[in-house]
Amino acid sequence: MAGVLARCTRIPRRQLGLVGTFLNAQQPKTYSNAPPEGKKVGGNLSDEDRIFTNLYGRHDWRLKGSLQRGDWYKTKEILDKGADWIINEIKVSGLRGRGGAGFPSGMKWSFMNKPSDGRPKYLVVNADEGEPGTCKDREILRHDPHKLVEGCLIAGRAMGACAAYIYIRGEFYNEASNLQVAIAEAYQAGLIGKNSCGSGYDFDIFVQRGAGAYICGEETALIESIEGKQGKPRLKPPFPADVGLFGCPTTVTNVETVAVSPTICRRGGTWFASFGRPRNSGTKLYNISGHVNNPCTVEEEMSVPLKELIEKHAGGVIGGWDNLLGVIPGGSSTPIIPKTVCDEVLMDFDDLVRVQSSFGTAAVIVMNKQTDVIKAIARLISFYKHESCGQCTPCREGINWMYKIMWRFVEGNAEEHEIDMLWEISKQIELHTICALGDGAAWPVQGLIRHFRPEIESRIQKFKCVAAN
Amino acid sequence: MNLTSNRVIRVLLLKNCSLSKALKNVRGVQSSAGRLSDHLFVHRDSEENNPNTPFEFNEANKKRVEAILAIYPEGHKRGAMMPLLDLAQRQLGWLPISAMHKVAEILKLPNMRVYEVATFYTMFNRQPVGKYHVQVCTCTPCWLRGSDEILQAVTKAANCAVGHTSADKLFTVIEVECLGACANAPMLQVNDDYYEDLTAETTEKIINALKNGQDKPPPGPQVSSRFAAEPAGQLTTLTSPPPGPGFKIRSDL
Repeated sequence: MAGVLARCTRIPRRQLGLVGTFLNAQQPKTYSNAPPEGKKVGGNLSDEDRIFTNLYGRHDWRLKGSLQRGDWYKTKEILDKGADWIINEIKVSGLRGRGGAGFPSGMKWSFMNKPSDGRPKYLVVNADEGEPGTCKDREILRHDPHKLVEGCLIAGRAMGACAAYIYIRGEFYNEASNLQVAIAEAYQAGLIGKNSCGSGYDFDIFVQRGAGAYICGEETALIESIEGKQGKPRLKPPFPADVGLFGCPTTVTNVETVAVSPTICRRGGTWFASFGRPRNSGTKLYNISGHVNNPCTVEEEMSVPLKELIEKHAGGVIGGWDNLLGVIPGGSSTPIIPKTVCDEVLMDFDDLVRVQSSFGTAAVIVMNKQTDVIKAIARLISFYKHESCGQCTPCREGINWMYKIMWRFVEGNAEEHEIDMLWEISKQIELHTICALGDGAAWPVQGLIRHFRPEIESRIQKFKCVAAN
Repeated sequence: MNLTSNRVIRVLLLKNCSLSKALKNVRGVQSSAGRLSDHLFVHRDSEENNPNTPFEFNEANKKRVEAILAIYPEGHKRGAMMPLLDLAQRQLGWLPISAMHKVAEILKLPNMRVYEVATFYTMFNRQPVGKYHVQVCTCTPCWLRGSDEILQAVTKAANCAVGHTSADKLFTVIEVECLGACANAPMLQVNDDYYEDLTAETTEKIINALKNGQDKPPPGPQVSSRFAAEPAGQLTTLTSPPPGPGFKIRSDL
């Protein structure tokens, strides 16, 4: 579940008890309310500023090729600068987690930098990419694995970790093999292992393959899975930074976050921060799938307009831009946005929150007007029903109810008041579960009702007409 | 109960003069489904799958077991459970209960702990599968690009219904959730390999090649204009050769 979405900014008032009633009068404040200063829009990234230069696998992915592309260059000097220097660079760069939640990485990594209590610390890399629409980590794993290996070493140094576990989804067998080869090459070249890069720092990297469970992309479920248990999320607190993998302090980060960190350290945090709008800095891998002429994965600047992204890189919507129905902007768990919004929305964390959606993993799923949008969302609900771990009742039962209602909506075999019922169910699931899978299942349904309610109503009417005759 | 419901249906039939019309308006009582997973969680002893069938890792895999156990810290060897189950499955092609017992023995755990894991994850096949395990992605991004046709083409070419194994034990066809190659949709997975950018014709070709025992068709995108996840036709990015080491590096490093 690469697209685990942040919920820390969205605590409902009723969960705050009495305090909540006092907050009612206040407008909820989000990051997007403040006017951003600096760059207003992104796009047109030049090739020399792209981090993943072998994204399409046209060059050698092994050690020799990646050395030529500048990986492992002056890694020892970066390690010698020390943990505080690395964390400061990441903080300056404004890098936000690329797995969906968008938590500031510098801050997350600094949570680990407490005085040691004797327990080892671990870095866990989340390569359990399974969110429908998302396929960015796969390109990194198979075509630029050394970026990830070097990133593990640098991130591990910043946290003082003794080892990294990279958890790859089980279906990515060939990708895991490439990564394993890259790790073996790095061990042989003395880049990792004992005295990594000659810096006096010992660091190991291990690969573990999953076995087909989307829920293992949730950080605590992933930890459980590495420990050899069912991938069922743990209740937080204690947070993984206190009690994580094998009971030791752990940080779980996305592949892309880790893989960009060496380049940030080499070129400087200010270089990375110069892309995108403030608080949304950097470059990002976008996956464009669905009804476009040329689906692709592409590295672009943050805050690129959605329309520019689709027209420039994916060859436009099938049938032209006016044939666009809607876009799921950040992987399956983010609410769909209609064409009127797509015309001007920017692809970054703040602007997508402004339009009541979410940036997620920047996996753009495009649907044109020939799409049965209700069926598309119903299919996503089937996905969540299948992937729910069954631990929390709202998610296990609620998604099943949503599933039943959604598939009746596909036919139109329903009553109009059931649309509100479905909304209510989705609200009852959201935020009432241990992890964010329930939220991720509720939001696409809410997005559908928010923007395509007339579509559902007309289908119900049509069904009634047919049944009456 | 049955009688009354029969009578109701009969009355409806008389009223509407059509069974289909009557049935359309009948709605089921909402209740939790008894079976939520694709597989049953229970194990039933059968001739090929019972606790008495012997299972032993072969010599090469015994070395692998040692290597896998070595990456987990002392006291947490249980972490090796999934890799070991996967190894057993790779040796046999599927995961019988005796293999689970063997893993439990290696990890010094109660059998139940292994059953828990083996039933939770969908990639452990607790029933025998065909030589080619064909997994067709039908999740929304693939569905938008026409995965329905792909699924149809697979079932037709392999002569095997979804969720079943063909009579010649060559194919097992299943529908799966997102396989993470959405920019190359529609796609399917045969054992460990991804076949991407499919059409009904190329799908049929792949299945037929496997069926006829020809060389395995090369995995990856099945259209000539693509190598990986780049846009088909003209590249829009990465057109210049990648810069070398030290490019744009900060001065104080």
